[in-house]
Amino acid sequence: MLSALQTPRSLSRFPLLHSPKPFLFHSSSTCRFSSRPLPYYASLTDQSTPTSTSPPQSQIVNTRHALLSGRVTATELAESYLNRLRLTEPHLKSFLHVSDSVLREAQEVDRKIAGNEAVGPFAGVLVGVKDNLCTADMPSTGGSRILEGYRPPFDATAVKRVKDLGGIVIGKTNMDEFGMGSTTEDSAFQVTSNPWDVSRVPGGSSGGSAAAVSAKQCMVSLGSDTGGSVRQPASFCGVVGLKPTYGRVSRFGLMAYASSLDVVGCFGSSVADAGILLHAIAGQDRFDATTSKQDVPNFIPHFAPVSSLESKPLKGLRIGLIRETLEDGVDTGVVSAIRAAALHFEELGCSVNEVSLPSFSLGLPAYYILASSESSSNLSRYDGVRYGNQVFADELNSLYGDSRAEGFGSEVKMRILMGTYALSAGYYDAYYKRAQQVRTIIRNSFKEALNQNDILISPAAPSPAYKIGEKKNDPLAMYAGDIMTVNVNLAGLPALVLPCGFVEGGTAGLPIGLQMIGAAFNEGELLRVGHIFEQTLEDCRFVPPIIADNVPC
Amino acid sequence: MASTIFRSFQVHPFLLYPTSLLGRRNGVLYCTMKTTQSQPATQEKHSPQTKVSSSSTQSKKLNKIAEDYEAVIGIETHVQLSTLTKAFCGCPYNYGSPPNTCVCPICMGLPGALPVLNSRVIAFAVKLGLALNCKLSLNSKFDRKQYFYPDLPKGYQISQFDVPIASGGYIDVDIPVEYGGGHKKFGITRVHMEEDAGKLLHADNGTYSQVDLNRAGVPLLEIVSEPDMRNGIEAAEYAAELQRLVRYLRVSNGNMQEGSLRCDVNVSVRPIGQSKFGTKVEIKNLNSFSSVSRAIDFEISRQVQLHREGQEDQIVQETRLWEEGAQASTKKTVTMRKKEGLSDYRYFPEPDLPMVILSQEYVDDIQNSLPELPEIKRRRYEKMGLSMQDVLFLANDKNIADFFDATIAKGADTKLAANWIMGDIAAFMKNEKLTINDIKLTPEELSELIASIKDGVISGKIGKEILFELLAKGGTVKGLIEEKDLVQITDPAEIEKMVEKVVAENPKQLEQYRGGKTKLQGFFAGQVMKLSKGKANPGILNKILLQKLNSKN
Ligand SMILES: [Zn+2]
Repeated sequence: MLSALQTPRSLSRFPLLHSPKPFLFHSSSTCRFSSRPLPYYASLTDQSTPTSTSPPQSQIVNTRHALLSGRVTATELAESYLNRLRLTEPHLKSFLHVSDSVLREAQEVDRKIAGNEAVGPFAGVLVGVKDNLCTADMPSTGGSRILEGYRPPFDATAVKRVKDLGGIVIGKTNMDEFGMGSTTEDSAFQVTSNPWDVSRVPGGSSGGSAAAVSAKQCMVSLGSDTGGSVRQPASFCGVVGLKPTYGRVSRFGLMAYASSLDVVGCFGSSVADAGILLHAIAGQDRFDATTSKQDVPNFIPHFAPVSSLESKPLKGLRIGLIRETLEDGVDTGVVSAIRAAALHFEELGCSVNEVSLPSFSLGLPAYYILASSESSSNLSRYDGVRYGNQVFADELNSLYGDSRAEGFGSEVKMRILMGTYALSAGYYDAYYKRAQQVRTIIRNSFKEALNQNDILISPAAPSPAYKIGEKKNDPLAMYAGDIMTVNVNLAGLPALVLPCGFVEGGTAGLPIGLQMIGAAFNEGELLRVGHIFEQTLEDCRFVPPIIADNVPC
Repeated sequence: MASTIFRSFQVHPFLLYPTSLLGRRNGVLYCTMKTTQSQPATQEKHSPQTKVSSSSTQSKKLNKIAEDYEAVIGIETHVQLSTLTKAFCGCPYNYGSPPNTCVCPICMGLPGALPVLNSRVIAFAVKLGLALNCKLSLNSKFDRKQYFYPDLPKGYQISQFDVPIASGGYIDVDIPVEYGGGHKKFGITRVHMEEDAGKLLHADNGTYSQVDLNRAGVPLLEIVSEPDMRNGIEAAEYAAELQRLVRYLRVSNGNMQEGSLRCDVNVSVRPIGQSKFGTKVEIKNLNSFSSVSRAIDFEISRQVQLHREGQEDQIVQETRLWEEGAQASTKKTVTMRKKEGLSDYRYFPEPDLPMVILSQEYVDDIQNSLPELPEIKRRRYEKMGLSMQDVLFLANDKNIADFFDATIAKGADTKLAANWIMGDIAAFMKNEKLTINDIKLTPEELSELIASIKDGVISGKIGKEILFELLAKGGTVKGLIEEKDLVQITDPAEIEKMVEKVVAENPKQLEQYRGGKTKLQGFFAGQVMKLSKGKANPGILNKILLQKLNSKN
């Protein structure tokens, strides 16, 4: 009676996981991209002019173009990236694990191209993957001692989709343990440095992914964003970070921190790369019941070269500048960079108005209650029984207690304790339930603001990258740094962060990120507007000194 | 069908990973368990029939108790659903499979794995909810119930907390005649969906335990009754009716020995007239209806005894285990664990699963597809004029009821059909250990057999012979009658010839008969019957025989 209704189990691995996606790039669009100097050549051979003001271009598209035209091989490309990785890694420590099969996979791409076989749109593209995304052929620890050496038996859906399109995973990037932190200092294994000033943090929790793209250790990377973990490090490292709408990208294979807030996000050195990577990983997944059925549109037409644009390309676009994000506690340098960005939008034809989100300040406490509550539950599975770090004990409660005491870092323990407290009988109504009510208020206030405006803008963080150790012992100060981003997670909206200017600091200044927030499932509009903003931003080139000074390859 | 949102819950084929990947210690946990946990002991042999029994001494004792004390009994029943795959992954579940062979990353709670609801679970829950006359929640949700135990891979059980899918129903029960008969209605508080946990296998020497996760994630319905039962028999009949219902609905095999239907019973005692409930004690490890009945009656006696001795403060809130000793005197409940305050399960809404939204149309479709339920069947049989004993027997097993219904649909006499099924056919099945679905006899042929006897085509005796032939080998009544030339002889002339022959061949007995030994009529009748190979119509035979025996005088 039931057999007709349930598909029989298959013995091959996720046999029906994804239907093949349509090929991303049409020859016409690649042509348009090739109308400019190829940026990968710029980064590989043209290092004598690092101060060039030419806007960033898609590494993904240009890689494909160069490979198919035979100007470079995937192996050469992979070698150059691996060389740079080897040179920079001792200073940056962005990777927890570097794949040993990169060259082999690159050679396979070259073999296919030589044999006129079809290769996927990500063929030869070197992708960094945050360590909380499961990879079947590499360790996946989530930055935690409790999963040291753990190798999952499957790829996360986002990883699998990138691989299926030909992408080469170059390694697993460092992160704050299970995503809990804003600096990567809470990684159980190492602290990643900011490529703009190695004495500073890269941000977090996806600090490794952001630093790796910034320092061109990989072309694009995957991260995850629960309260700003893609956007804040993108801002600190001067790269593009995209946090998709909740439900846009499958969380299957993402080690859960706070399930109702977690999203897999994208890093790139251009808006186009972040968008193309999103297109690769987005869409419904039958292994994640919270993914949306919404179609994933083709973003490519949004990434037209700037030469094809009219003089006021964003005419009529209504931009809302969130007033509360420029008030007390925000660095003046950040405020002026954002005000300059607003002016730039006006030059592009937008109308920019200040908009007030009175509930904005409620986001931070609500976020920390909800995220801690969910994490206290999500991290229960790390009990030392089935996998991960097990401390041998002759009694069950000691096995649990010792395994978790030794396996988790202090920040994780603190959040588990806070979350457990917030969910306890007698406190649930005062904390968890009230935080949910705040979440509803925030969601509604965003909805209203997005009825009046097409896009909302704010800083991505209240300050540029700060010094390693500066906030390590002041968790409240560190939590306060998330004020710009957590509201967006509570509302489930998409947001794009792109570098918009510099403030003084380090040897070459420190980048400042502009956050653009859009309506649910309207990443396309964010990417279109972000691309135009990026391509028309003059005299800014976001190449960090660590590679601008000496990139030997 | 369900609403669109509901439709998005699909069943997911999921494949098994190679076993070698599944557990670094072959899925075994080595450590001692200081906490006691109930282990379903295997007891009685397979008993497909629900028959409630209770020792008569206890019943007598209870009658005495009933005079001044009243027991209050509520039951929590877990029914394991017979879906092809588990509740939140694509693993099949087969009772008795080797440990950890029906598992995947999802039901093992590996990092990054997410649950996706099997839509059959909803359908089964709605079926049972409707059959229990419950009000359905068109919008319900899943919650996490959190506690640590090695058989619970995620550290939480996906369950339903404050919004169960069905609530506020009742169940109708007919108490068997031998226990006083009568009709009872017991309230159903709620029905909710949840997942089962794995099993712990304790080593014989008690030094370590092993975890088998085959059962983890198997869908359950938990049915909570109102505290409406007053003695063991009522409770056992309630459980038996639930078993009947789930079997009628084909949502579960209801097998208590395999743990597909598990009853946890709450018992308290109070002086008659007192409105406040006494302290309730939970009893586990009840693997048959008779153990439900006996354990409750034992527990009532124990509590009443304590009341009588003025020691009611010795009755504490605790969980007790039912121990089935070999003799009546060794059957008892023993303390398993005392409850120190209520456990705090820190329930909160499961963020990995969307709300469960049912459309009225979906519910109506299921309502319309429900089979005739036991209670309605019993009332129909009662109206047909069957005795309560017949009614209870026939309606007990849906397959037998279906057989009976099909037989009378072919025109068979109701009472005769019932007698054949409950008599010779039931005896045959019992001897041969067959179910009604295994026997070769069809309802059509049983109907034909009954008609052939009623119409005098064959005698009752021949009928029985044919019946056993049909049960064992099949075939048709007409075919057997022809093949074996079994048509009853009703021609008086033919019978007269045989009578004359027998009378003539037995002059000695004739003389004795005529001398007054009229008992010998039976001898003559038997001889004639033998001569006719059992085919002579007994009425005609006896009439002619008497004439012949007496005529010459
Ligand atoms: Zn499974």
